[in-house]
Amino acid sequence: MKIAIASGKGGTGKTTLATNLASYLAETGPVILVDLDVEEPNSGLFIHGRELAAETRYSLVPEWDADRCSFCGLCQTICNFNAIVDLGDRIMLFPELCHSCHACSELCPDEALPMKSRRIGRLRYIQAERLDFVESRLDIGQEQAVPLINQTLDFVGGRFRNGTLQLLDSPPGTACPAIAATRTADHVILVTEPTPFGLHDLKLAVATMQALDQPFSVVINRGGQTDNMIADYCKQQAIPVLAGFANDRRVAELYSRGRLIYDQLPEFKQQLAKIATFVTSQEGIKA
Amino acid sequence: MNIAFTTKGTTWDAAMDPRFGRTDFFLIYDIDGDDLIEFDNRAIAAEAHGAGPQTAQKLFEFQPDILITGNGPGGNAARVLEQSAVKVFIGAGDMTVLEAYQAYQTGQLTEI
Repeated sequence: MKIAIASGKGGTGKTTLATNLASYLAETGPVILVDLDVEEPNSGLFIHGRELAAETRYSLVPEWDADRCSFCGLCQTICNFNAIVDLGDRIMLFPELCHSCHACSELCPDEALPMKSRRIGRLRYIQAERLDFVESRLDIGQEQAVPLINQTLDFVGGRFRNGTLQLLDSPPGTACPAIAATRTADHVILVTEPTPFGLHDLKLAVATMQALDQPFSVVINRGGQTDNMIADYCKQQAIPVLAGFANDRRVAELYSRGRLIYDQLPEFKQQLAKIATFVTSQEGIKA
Repeated sequence: MNIAFTTKGTTWDAAMDPRFGRTDFFLIYDIDGDDLIEFDNRAIAAEAHGAGPQTAQKLFEFQPDILITGNGPGGNAARVLEQSAVKVFIGAGDMTVLEAYQAYQTGQLTEI
């Protein structure tokens, strides 16, 4: 069972929800928390334990063999990502634009673009007190998050028994990294906040989930007493709202100290329990 | 000598395009032949990634001596342009093409 915790807008509380929900659910059963926000992983600030594995991860990008090249220009024409420029007497490669699709390498008639591995980041597997935690971190300067996200999902899939609950802390936005992190999930929880930005980006995230045909629900974070823009929108669209966390300075204070929230604030725990109940019921459906 | 401009149109009174990678057009002014050549780059709008190197490659084929633009090329585009002898002048993003040319001639643009 895989539950992705995503959002359109950044900073709405994905990591707060993912870390607290994972720890809370781990009190009653096995949970793997996976930080897929590889460009800015921060679940690890809240989950501590023993590092059981640390691996350097690589992706394959083409390397130009000047001696073999006949400057036919085919590689530049077929590259969908403009990662290759043919200057007539030399080929320039832009590995940070490369999506590792292998097209240039496979189709080059001169075999002048062999694929070579290139370091993209690090993956760490940590056994915390109650739960397993896997995070990947993209190296500084790397632009392609998707290969590392996919490799992280593969690592988790290969390492843990099928059926163990996975909570995927996903990247924000609706671009390729967010899609890579949510597309294999059984359910996606979209965390948002009642601000115009929160609503705007929630609509984008909803449209993305609908296009992917992914089942999803919404959690409202930093809610107020009077402002119901998210609740109204969800009601109008018939989107289930699992819980609503009140805007509470104490949450921010605990978060800023790297602490979990639910064991300190009963109101928070009460809302978290609603989400946990939903997740458990989904497991029931799946089983 | 050839001078390239990033532009929104194809005439001397057209506005400059401040962007390099996603410029609508290039105008190449051949000073010796007093000839203005246009290159339509608008298809670049459909490219999600790598507009800079793609546009730089197109410009590279014209082998201009001077490039006059607005904000200046980004890192990837600059890497391509460095392979040629082109000199890049920026700061003409809010001008017309003619104004940009005159500003270049009177030394008002910044070379990078």
